[in-house]
Amino acid sequence: MKTFAMGGVHPEENKISTAAVIEEFPLPKTAVILMNQHLGAPATPCVAKGDKVKVGQLIGKAEAFMCANVHSPFSGTVAKVETCKDAFGLTKPAIYITVEGDEWEESIDRTPDIKRECSLEPKEIVDKLKEMGVVGLGGATFPTHIKYSIAPDKKAEYLIINAVECEPYLTSDHRVMMEHAEEICIGVSILRKALGVPNAYIGIENNKPEPIAVMKAMAAKFEGIIVEPLKVKYPQGAEKQLINAITGRRVPSGKLPIDVGCVVSNVGTAYAVYEAIQKNKPLIENILTVTGKKLQAQHNYHVRFGTTYNDIIAHAMGTLPETTGKVISGGPMMGKAVSNLDGPTTKGASSVLVIDESEATRATESNCIRCGKCMNACPMGLEPYLFSSLVKNRRIEEAGAHNILDCIECGCCFFSCPANKPLLDEIRLGKNLYRGILMAKKK
Amino acid sequence: MKLLNVSGSPHVHSDESTKKIMWRVNLALVPSLIVAIAFFGLNALLISIVSVGSCILFQWLIEKFLLKTESTISDGSAVVTGLLLAFNVPATREMILLVIIAALVAIGIGKMSFGGLGKNPFNPALVGRVFMLISFPVQMTTWPKPGQNLFSMVSQPTTDLTTGPTPLGMFKENGVQAVGDIWGYFVGHIGGSLGEVSALAILIGAIYLLCRRVISWHIPVSFIGTAFIFSGILWLCDKTAFMDPLTTILTGGIMLGACFMATDMVTSPMTKSGQLIFGFGCGLLTIIIRNWGNYPEGVSFAILLMNAVTPLINRWCKPKRFAN
Repeated sequence: MKTFAMGGVHPEENKISTAAVIEEFPLPKTAVILMNQHLGAPATPCVAKGDKVKVGQLIGKAEAFMCANVHSPFSGTVAKVETCKDAFGLTKPAIYITVEGDEWEESIDRTPDIKRECSLEPKEIVDKLKEMGVVGLGGATFPTHIKYSIAPDKKAEYLIINAVECEPYLTSDHRVMMEHAEEICIGVSILRKALGVPNAYIGIENNKPEPIAVMKAMAAKFEGIIVEPLKVKYPQGAEKQLINAITGRRVPSGKLPIDVGCVVSNVGTAYAVYEAIQKNKPLIENILTVTGKKLQAQHNYHVRFGTTYNDIIAHAMGTLPETTGKVISGGPMMGKAVSNLDGPTTKGASSVLVIDESEATRATESNCIRCGKCMNACPMGLEPYLFSSLVKNRRIEEAGAHNILDCIECGCCFFSCPANKPLLDEIRLGKNLYRGILMAKKK
Repeated sequence: MKLLNVSGSPHVHSDESTKKIMWRVNLALVPSLIVAIAFFGLNALLISIVSVGSCILFQWLIEKFLLKTESTISDGSAVVTGLLLAFNVPATREMILLVIIAALVAIGIGKMSFGGLGKNPFNPALVGRVFMLISFPVQMTTWPKPGQNLFSMVSQPTTDLTTGPTPLGMFKENGVQAVGDIWGYFVGHIGGSLGEVSALAILIGAIYLLCRRVISWHIPVSFIGTAFIFSGILWLCDKTAFMDPLTTILTGGIMLGACFMATDMVTSPMTKSGQLIFGFGCGLLTIIIRNWGNYPEGVSFAILLMNAVTPLINRWCKPKRFAN
């Protein structure tokens, strides 16, 4: 069975919400829509206080190159256009909406019928993705239309769909494959057409036998879609590792997947592409896993962006369990700890993970015993222990010379360190300092 | 409202810890300890207890009164040093007290003076042993024969004991005709230090450590392999002057050194290629010291010398990068 070339770990899977069917999340009373829910510059608000908006109406316009449109996920009145503290405590431009009813733009096809034919040309597909504000839903929220606008000197050979879901706990990709296999395959076909590649490969880890069976059966009805089961190993869902697992190619240091002829999109993105292209539905909602060992019930929800974490917690569990230590947006390996539960969910959110106190506290750090476990776990073949000491002593350029920027921040080093050293914290700091040095040198 | 923890990812940790690693090493040393007690009697047990006890005590005292830091004795590394130290001395009555000095040197100079576990450039147990070998050459090379009466050994001073030389000592004195049967060396009916008499017991411990991924095969295999091949070449050149390769690797400290001392993670290289070089150096130096040095045995010196070049090896041998 295929997997990536080096390193990796196998954290406890804890996929306890796989059986929870996707439910519609009820509309909140008020919502906060961030203007930068994507990688790049924030969108420019194009509504003002007091304006009435409908579901799917454009409220934030992409003006910069690296940007994506933002559409209103709710109908109601714009309460204010201001800034807001997001879930991680950062201040961002936002539009506040008082939710009234649920009135959708007429252009959006809300019927449950599956629309199979797509007559758009590749260029038209990319333009429509831009219009609909589709971004990558794997976590990085890279604007999809930019990814699929291939530079004339580059050539795409492989389309890879990331359905690996290697993070513990998360089950949103699992559920969307179980419930929307046909829509995903149509979305994949559209993306394949946009790129003009012969085959699309859907990578799924072998711990998801049901989705593999469902997707294989569905893919057989489509041309050029191949389901590729992969050996269970974290971080297989990382772009470079997935490309390596499926094609055997390696993205060189500082290069992009397209440099080795690959384009990778998340399976959730493929579903969003289907809805955007075939149903005229802008990206306004995502599937969120609400899970935790101490929770009474596990859920997968269709949540519209702008719903706050507090709204989700109130509906899913009433109040947080007494012994909650951390709330994480995303998986336990790469997700971010939420510091402000009043913050809204965004396009990049994939879960609300409630971690118990017993697991939320870091163990005491001790001396490095040079066991080399961090090095053996690193999927990029780096030396985390070395970065840790170089960064501590502010020998940043040496860390740079040892390719600190290759680090994909998967957390395998910190996860496997017997001395509990916060290796990734130090590496992140080192990467930022080194980027600063490089920028200063350019000037 | 209750406050939430916030930190960078990852938010979960494997259940691996330094403590677990060290206690696994201790467990792996148990078969050799049992064999030592069976062959050398109460002396072996007393030496081990005194050695481990004084290592723990010295570490505790140094941390409490000199460094004024939190005690780390529960991590089990002082026990590892204590056991390895006991395994490296002859099972004589004098050693029961002398091993306390060795423990002070091993823990005080070998480990704590550099900043404790993880910071030491040399294997602490070997620092202690080599100090003893140089300071007390007579006591350190007077070997009791295994399998004597338990009580006679405790009650009588060493001079009255039937002491027997080790195979390596005999070889140094008398040449090839002194070498005995290989099966005896393998299971342990030979004279020698406490922990090095039975290759079988050492291998059982080493296999356990390999299975638990505490050590990898690279250092033991390249150490023993190099010693075997190099001594084999010498033996083929002149069968009367050199010991045969199988006896070479089964006698003395090669097995104990290759499996438990050279594999100490703190003082050995981190990459697999570095570990192969490290093992090769250990094997080569051991045979050179055995054949052309003043001492009959060279494992301790070989490992310490290679410990010294470990930072250099770490500099040369980098892991293979993914994006290259």
